[in-house]
Amino acid sequence: MSDFSEELKGPVTDDEVETSVLTGAGMHFPWLQTYIETVAIGGKRKKDFAQTTSACLSFIQEALLKHQWQQAAEYMYSYFQTLEDSDSYKRQAAPEIIWKLGSEILFYHPKSNMETFNTFADRMKNIGVMNYLKISLQHALYLLHHGMLKDAKRNLSEAETWRHGENTSSRGILINLIQAYKGLLQYYTWSKKKMELSRLDKDDYAYNAVAQDVFNHSWKTSANISALIKIPGVWDPFVKSYVEMLEFYGDRDGAQEVLTNYAYDEKFPSNPNAHIYLYNFLKRQKAPRSKMISVLKILYQIVPSHKLMLEFHTLLRKSEKEEHRKLGLEVLFGVLDFAGCTKNITAWKYLAKYLKKTLMGNHLAWVQDEWNSRKNWWPSFHFSYFWAKSDWKEDTALACEKAFVAGLLLGKGCRYFRYILKQDHQILGKKIKRMKRSVKKYSIVNPRLSY
Amino acid sequence: MDLEEAEEFKERCSQCAAVSWGLTDEGKYYCTSCHNVTERSQEVINTDLIPNTQIKALNRGLKKKNNSEKGWDWYVCEGFQNILCQQAEALKNLGIGPELKNDVLHNFWKRYLQKSKQAYCKNPVYTTGRKPTVLEDNLSHSDWASEPELLSDVSCPPFLESGAESQSDIHTRKPFPISKASQSETSVCSGSLDGVEYSQRKEKGVVKMTVPQTLAFCYLSLLWQREAITLSDLLRFVEEDHIPYINAFQHFPEQMKLYGRDRGIFGIESWPDYEDIYKKTIEVGTFLDLPRFPDITEDCYLHPNILCMKYLMEVNLPDEMHNLTCHVVKMTGMGEVDFLTFDPIAKMAKTVKYDVQAVAIIVVVLKLLFLLDDNLEWSLSNLAEKHNEKNKKDKPWFDFRKWYQIMKKAFDEKKQKWEEARAKYLWKSEKPLYYSFVDKPVAYKKREMVVNLQKQFSTLVDSTATAGKKSPSSFQFNWTEEDTDRTCFHGHSLQGVLKEKGQSLLTKNSLYWLSTQKFCRCYCTHVTTYEESNYSLSYQFILNLFSFLLRIKTSLLHEEVSLVEKKLFEKKYSVTKKKSRSKKARRH
Repeated sequence: MSDFSEELKGPVTDDEVETSVLTGAGMHFPWLQTYIETVAIGGKRKKDFAQTTSACLSFIQEALLKHQWQQAAEYMYSYFQTLEDSDSYKRQAAPEIIWKLGSEILFYHPKSNMETFNTFADRMKNIGVMNYLKISLQHALYLLHHGMLKDAKRNLSEAETWRHGENTSSRGILINLIQAYKGLLQYYTWSKKKMELSRLDKDDYAYNAVAQDVFNHSWKTSANISALIKIPGVWDPFVKSYVEMLEFYGDRDGAQEVLTNYAYDEKFPSNPNAHIYLYNFLKRQKAPRSKMISVLKILYQIVPSHKLMLEFHTLLRKSEKEEHRKLGLEVLFGVLDFAGCTKNITAWKYLAKYLKKTLMGNHLAWVQDEWNSRKNWWPSFHFSYFWAKSDWKEDTALACEKAFVAGLLLGKGCRYFRYILKQDHQILGKKIKRMKRSVKKYSIVNPRLSY
Repeated sequence: MDLEEAEEFKERCSQCAAVSWGLTDEGKYYCTSCHNVTERSQEVINTDLIPNTQIKALNRGLKKKNNSEKGWDWYVCEGFQNILCQQAEALKNLGIGPELKNDVLHNFWKRYLQKSKQAYCKNPVYTTGRKPTVLEDNLSHSDWASEPELLSDVSCPPFLESGAESQSDIHTRKPFPISKASQSETSVCSGSLDGVEYSQRKEKGVVKMTVPQTLAFCYLSLLWQREAITLSDLLRFVEEDHIPYINAFQHFPEQMKLYGRDRGIFGIESWPDYEDIYKKTIEVGTFLDLPRFPDITEDCYLHPNILCMKYLMEVNLPDEMHNLTCHVVKMTGMGEVDFLTFDPIAKMAKTVKYDVQAVAIIVVVLKLLFLLDDNLEWSLSNLAEKHNEKNKKDKPWFDFRKWYQIMKKAFDEKKQKWEEARAKYLWKSEKPLYYSFVDKPVAYKKREMVVNLQKQFSTLVDSTATAGKKSPSSFQFNWTEEDTDRTCFHGHSLQGVLKEKGQSLLTKNSLYWLSTQKFCRCYCTHVTTYEESNYSLSYQFILNLFSFLLRIKTSLLHEEVSLVEKKLFEKKYSVTKKKSRSKKARRH
């Protein structure tokens, strides 16, 4: 606990209304607190001290919003007195608020520099044991931001070995986080050394020394990071660098275990990157197709518009299972549902080819399954006259692919298809003719009903 | 390292606040929970065991320091006396005559001590049965009679004036029977001798002294002297730090230590509230059994005619309005000496809220002239505007709209500045108040930390922005003819809103609405409630403007307006018409 939290055990004076009963229980309802406070002081008005300091806080916030760092600093000058608030709850909350606001001001204020920030951080760290670790970590991040890697590392090491006050669970996580950041910094140096190594010739006299260095670095880092990534959370940069190092030293099983755990452990929050990392790893390891398909299947459920979906489609297309091939079509339609993907020529090319293949393979039902839910909005979303004109202007190849798809889905009477057909293009002429033939043959629309 | 030996050391650790000390090999204390090593060494009890002379020397030094840490023996009432002394001194610096401090306030205070049986009587109230020798002793040195006559003409060495210095003399030579050591060991403690007992004391019929009460004393003395300071001025000066109030205790002599219960008695975290101090003034006046105060006559600053003039100038209204306010004062009888003079012994002791009343009269006059129904004032403004355009050489007619625009801007700016200044107010004293000796280092460390942080941030602040305190003034707005940006309306004429009828002038507007329809008939003191949204915007603006000037709640001013109206339209009230016509002719 903070060194100020205990201090009010002394006698309670007349004007002092202690509410520690409420705050001490581990639960805190601000509205209840204020309600009880007003009851306890017999409906008297709030003290002016409380009023002015809360007004001061909103002035600081307003100044920060407007980027008026100078004004913010002026109000901050007065806000420090909340550290001496006679209301123990507010006094305990003060250091964190002051740290957050103060560091923000010092980060942007034109007159501020590294030195002022460092002194401020050191002061705030020691204002109560509660915030030491959190502030140390944020201080280190600030130093990193300014490229002071060595100082950041020293800061983290100091925080790591800091042993004051009680051990709580939240603190354990913080220590893990601090160690992991330290690990990340070590990874950075390692990675630089590795780069150096790759540039050196094996016969170079320096090679051995550098190689030794690279190897020495690794075990420390892995120990630092591994503890953190076992705790549920999103730890992308840590996992990525950890896996890179494991792979470098040939511990494939270890790497796979980490990634599998990160992707599949239900306690972890849903994280698309976890699946992407695992898929990329499997790809590097040349894992069997079915394994990769099962990984991407989950990613497909989380982010159906991800660019890996096209790779997913090729995997599915090659699969022997009919179920997979149907999914392959579904995935393509899914990608093109998103506005950000409408100009993705690969997606359209794949769809055009695959639609033809599917229809040739007598799987009209698959196509209709997908099309039924889209026929209301795809025509205006993708195949309007406007799009035909602008697509043709920007990218004729894309326009051709789209026209083919439009023809297959909407019939040869569709406006997009007709517009592209009308265009006279020397190189694409043959292709367009072929397309026309295919459309006539395979279009899912009864030609008499088309418009 | 020995834990048991360290048990006597009871201070909190400055790092983690735990009280769990061990001893290092060097005899220094270290915290067993966070391993923080202090500068303090163990007090060596058995010198034979540790043959280290250096520690002995340290030990001796510490013990001496402990004695001085406890400070003098002092009583709570002496603390208040010190604050009153500071306040009187500050008032003197504001230009109030020295008689206020030496005669009036001094006598009021003596009378208070006597009435509350704390001094100048045979059996003072102290539970210990001991008289507060400080004051008795001081008395015997002077040639005052033991029964002080209020405002006696005896010219005696002013005992309040010597303030802190004289007190220090007294303290050093006074042996006190109560031992401090025994007190500080109990859980409830205080720096003053009777702090604990004082905070528990509740006696019927005795007005207990509090810090806000000191202002009631100041105001009573100002009223007695008929000085040109209203209650709202006094409280504004307090807020602007021209009169010691918040943290007044930090100017106590060094040796008067405050902690524990003293914190509740002398620590103040709010500015004084007008109504509260007003009530306390009457309370104190009645308790002291004071005779009728000197008459408030027409040449006194507190007389409504003069105050109205002052506030008309302050809010930039035409001087011609003064005739109307004087007329209202005359018709309502609010200028009568008997009405204005404070008489605590009278059956129903009450004093007039001079400033609020004067402002209320102006509001009533504005309502008489412009009706303030969000309609008539604007059409009258149109007329004035047209007239002024045509006759540029004549004395301009008063244009309510133009006045509103200028005042609104000035008022908003002023209020914004005021809010900002309040948000920046520094409440905490240089001398932190703590509960007990155990908490003292923590309190001081915290103070030091705040000071350090402030020092660091002060380098980031533009030095030009933090200009010094503004000098005290009874005016908050300044309007001069020279200022071209802000029109001064003092010389404008009311011709546009008045019409001649025979020898007298009549307001063009013949309508009026009452701020309050019905007065509360129960015994509660409040006359009416003010629900903002029920009233016209112009009325709201005017109330907001004036209540900001006086730093009072708008509802209080609204109440006063209703009271003035009640007096002005007494007959109408008995009928309770919704809109009563005011056909009163006004002489011009």
